[in-house]
Amino acid sequence: MADAPAVDVRVTVNGHEQVVTVHPMARLLDVLRVDLHLTGTKEGCGEGECGACSVLVNGELVNSCLTPALQVDGASVTTIEGLAPGDDRLHRVQQAFIEHGGAQCGICTPGMILAAVTLLERHPQPTDEQIRTGLSGNLCRCTGYTRIFEAVVRAARLRPGERAT
Amino acid sequence: MFIGRPVPRKEGRPKVVGAARYVDDLTLPGMLFGATVRSPAQRGRIRDVRFGGDVPWDEFTVVTAADVPPPNRIALILDDQPCLADDIVNHAEEPVVLIAHADKSLVERARRSVVIDIEPLPAVHTIDEALDARTVVWGDDNIFKSFLVKRGDVDAVLAQAAHVIEGEYETGAQEQLYIEPQGMIAVASPADGVTVWGSLQCPYYVHKVLTTLFGLPGHHVRVVQMETGGGFGGKEEYPSHIAAHAALLAWKSGRPVKLVYDRAEDMVATTKRHPSRTRHRTVVDRDGRLLAMDIDFVLDGGAYCTLSPVVLSRGTLHAAGPYFCPNVRIRGRVVATSTPPHGAFRGFGAPQSLFALERHMNVVADAIGIAPEELRRRNFIKQDQTSAVGQVMREPVEMDLLLDRALVLSDYREKAARFREANRGARIRKGIGFATFMHGAGFTGSGEVHLASVVDVEATAEGRVRVLAASTEIGQGTNTIFSQIVADTLGLDYEDVDVAQPDTAMVPNSGPTVASRTAMVVGRMVEMAARSIRRTLVDAGLLSEPYTAAAFKAACREYVTTRGALRGSSRYEPPPGVHWDDEKYEGDAYGAYAWAVYVAEVSVDTATFETRVDDFVAVQEVGKVIHPVLAAGQIEGGVAQAIGYALYEHVVWRDGRMANAQMTNYIMPTSMDLPPIRVYFEERPYAYGPFGAKGIGELPMDGVAPAIANAIEHAMGVRVDRIPITPEALMTACEAAAIRG
Amino acid sequence: MRAYLPAYDLRAPETLREALTLMGDRARRWRPLAGGTDLMVLFDAGTLPEGHYLGLWKLTELRGIHEIGGAFAIGALTTYTDILHDARLARSFPLLGRAAAETGGVATQNRGTVGGNIANASPAADTPPALLVYDAELELHSVRGTRRVSYDRFHRGYKDMDLGPDELITRIHLPRPHGVGFHYYRKVGTRRAQAISKVCLAAWIDLDPKARTIRDLRVAVNSVAPMVTRCRHVEDALRGRACDTAAAHAAVDALTRDIAPIDDVRSTANYRRHVASRLLEEALESARGSV
Repeated sequence: MADAPAVDVRVTVNGHEQVVTVHPMARLLDVLRVDLHLTGTKEGCGEGECGACSVLVNGELVNSCLTPALQVDGASVTTIEGLAPGDDRLHRVQQAFIEHGGAQCGICTPGMILAAVTLLERHPQPTDEQIRTGLSGNLCRCTGYTRIFEAVVRAARLRPGERAT
Repeated sequence: MFIGRPVPRKEGRPKVVGAARYVDDLTLPGMLFGATVRSPAQRGRIRDVRFGGDVPWDEFTVVTAADVPPPNRIALILDDQPCLADDIVNHAEEPVVLIAHADKSLVERARRSVVIDIEPLPAVHTIDEALDARTVVWGDDNIFKSFLVKRGDVDAVLAQAAHVIEGEYETGAQEQLYIEPQGMIAVASPADGVTVWGSLQCPYYVHKVLTTLFGLPGHHVRVVQMETGGGFGGKEEYPSHIAAHAALLAWKSGRPVKLVYDRAEDMVATTKRHPSRTRHRTVVDRDGRLLAMDIDFVLDGGAYCTLSPVVLSRGTLHAAGPYFCPNVRIRGRVVATSTPPHGAFRGFGAPQSLFALERHMNVVADAIGIAPEELRRRNFIKQDQTSAVGQVMREPVEMDLLLDRALVLSDYREKAARFREANRGARIRKGIGFATFMHGAGFTGSGEVHLASVVDVEATAEGRVRVLAASTEIGQGTNTIFSQIVADTLGLDYEDVDVAQPDTAMVPNSGPTVASRTAMVVGRMVEMAARSIRRTLVDAGLLSEPYTAAAFKAACREYVTTRGALRGSSRYEPPPGVHWDDEKYEGDAYGAYAWAVYVAEVSVDTATFETRVDDFVAVQEVGKVIHPVLAAGQIEGGVAQAIGYALYEHVVWRDGRMANAQMTNYIMPTSMDLPPIRVYFEERPYAYGPFGAKGIGELPMDGVAPAIANAIEHAMGVRVDRIPITPEALMTACEAAAIRG
Repeated sequence: MRAYLPAYDLRAPETLREALTLMGDRARRWRPLAGGTDLMVLFDAGTLPEGHYLGLWKLTELRGIHEIGGAFAIGALTTYTDILHDARLARSFPLLGRAAAETGGVATQNRGTVGGNIANASPAADTPPALLVYDAELELHSVRGTRRVSYDRFHRGYKDMDLGPDELITRIHLPRPHGVGFHYYRKVGTRRAQAISKVCLAAWIDLDPKARTIRDLRVAVNSVAPMVTRCRHVEDALRGRACDTAAAHAAVDALTRDIAPIDDVRSTANYRRHVASRLLEEALESARGSV
């Protein structure tokens, strides 16, 4: 029995500095969902295949089901709950998803939106190929991806913070 | 008008901000985590169950078959499936023991420490072994159900025929692979009854299982649907098992219990699409008109009956497709094998029988030397003709028009010729192929009558209108569609309509969310129920036509504050003249059909035998498109799932167990594997659907695999009669063809 | 999530010395954990060996790509994303970027490391064939000192490596520029993205442009042997030959002596053998077409 004592992990989540006392190998996914009650990040496979658990760590897309808590000590994490700029406003990617039918059942949506956000940061006017590649680690079973791509293209045309309608 | 417009989804905002609540997002105070210990053997007698290891078993709640109130059965069609295996296990991963504890980490360790000792019994591995019945694992002969459709005299035509064109076609199992695994939370006690929250499609199916299992009156059982991350049929009846298991643990422990599957357990233990084998023998006249179709359609049902009779029925009733043929015999059988039971998956038997048919039609065309599209034209059923099962097609059938349109949109003729030319000596060979098909909306035959669904609509003192139905939103936009229907029926604003969460304590039983019935059948009842509250207001003298939305709301307020609840109810009524004979298995199989022609363009790499779908055209006639974005989304998603069915999704079986039960090894298409999916609708309003709408949810599943297989045959010149058409399978087919010369 | 948390410990040392000291502790075995994209999958599935793990992510000196006179030193903690963005690497050793692009999706590429990929020793790993083709050398550190191992001698069998329990892979050296020559990489996976290899072939072919003979070459494969493999029989059969159809036949013949494909959940031996041969032919044909 390795019996690791719990450790204090200092992490900034959606702009709020937190200290969580957790097992060092606890999955970031569980720290977010259980310890921090941020249930917007979802578990779809526990294998790093579906991307439903994607979050941004220091601005980079990672699968939180494969991230040990200790690995985010000192880091900044953004989840879907931290994306909208205000209570009544949505991020342009979120808005575009609503308008273009980018979400059907919604379980892949948080991860997919974060993947789209980070994609647009790297490629502000992405080609079709770049969109497909950028989202290839996020599986969707409902939409066939067509409307997700349309939403990303639409979001790219909106200025950051601009409403889609 | 809100119908026909892409109004913002009712369900949209919570999903994009992470506020939608799925079952695993819910925590109740004092909650325990449950787990299921399953049979390691394919079939056998349970000799012993040992609780080993370094586990504090005294802290655990443990439930076995002995704890299940008799009869130990999950109520469905034949009630043959135990809630927990008692003496015999009939498939690998069959549930035997349930455990629960507050420490989730400890639960898994404990689960692994339970050893179930099983003395092996003979198992049945294949459809042929089941039909042989040398080993019988179910009933007298391993056959759950059989149907026979007979029209004319097939044997006479076969006997006289100069040429009988034969084919054998197989489809594999398919995993629904909703991205949210299954799960339930239960609270239960003798005093309070049972309440479950979960990921599910059919609240009243779960309700029935729980009332039966616990012997409770209906109002002591409550089933609440949480946001559900995809279903596709996989959450039609399996959630009832999980609900029963969670409730048993909750009942015994006196604590709330959360029982959520991880991906591996979900894949290995829950239902999949029935594998199939279909044999066709066909006679055509010299003009290519069908004279006789002899179809033998067999499904593999797995170890217990579950929904197999209904899957078989739909598959059988679609087996002769959108064609007219004077002599037809369809023999449908679903057999028992020693695998986890198969169940509902979008299409529900039709993708299987239509794959066989639409492949076979191309084989027939090739055999008699006419173009595949010409063969279809000469045989499409027309309005007022009678189908193989005895249904007079009273509604318009315009397959010719759909075929024309699909072939033009896909550049079929030009590409078919150009590819044939360009393929000579090419490393990448291209092909184009199509399928023509239909899908019946609503429950088969007399199913809707037996369901006797009910929908309520109520108006509030604020003048808002609320729909009360058991139909679940699982991604397809139920709440949006119902709101559009009510808004347009009553002349209200879309924003003034709400849809209640499916909670059996609050909503009537509008039937399951399956069978492409939600928009057409339930939506129609929503319309009727809405009309009835208007009638009530008119009859009360509070409203007269024409009225404004404001006047309607004021009338509601007046009625509710002075007279009480304002509720309208609609009970299912079959459209006039629709009649199905259960005894003879003939008549009007479905009230309405959606009709379609799909075209697939593929590239096959002759070095690696990988097939890529380069373009896909989906043309369908659907009555009325209620919401253009949602409707197109249904087709696009269904086509994507069906491309997986055709090319990628291979369930590897070892000793009756899925050996590739990880998303790493069970391959569904990613964004890079799919082509642009081009969707086109035709609308011929159906009088008995809301504003003319027919059901479309399952339709896209039926025509993709045969279109792709036909395209691959065009590209490679080899017959591909089994799916999935993996590169390995295609290579084997090409090698075999090359050897045959 | 099937891991029993109390059975695991994870610590993240601040320095390489601290990491090596812990790994040199005979009383307790500390296993290195880099990005987590391999080991945490096992963890989630409940099959990761229980015990003590060392998170390496603070050892920033082990991350980064350095060039000295055409030779490259790649820190073991360099991620696939780092590789994809390095223009110098793309010019001199293009197959590394091609392999990185084929590995998982963006999230995996952001965390997965080349050192972790090597140490995981999967026979289906996508970057190792490129490393074999480029004559990579591994630098290993322990409290006992440093040594270098030629990568083509590092994997000895299925998950059997020339790596002591106290040793850490710190750098991957690409000592010889391979700029001249034709670089080929093709992975045939289960689908277009985020796929495990069924077969992958990497090759570097130096063709004399006038004589069209193969001056030198390297060929490596994955998924057709217990470990990623240099195809030495193929290389011997082709070195010095004219790059023509006869050579291609000889190469495909020789390939059967370099590989031993099997049936598994993803594919069949027959398919792998067939595709490996086709990829080899394609590599030679493309090389021929490039001069």
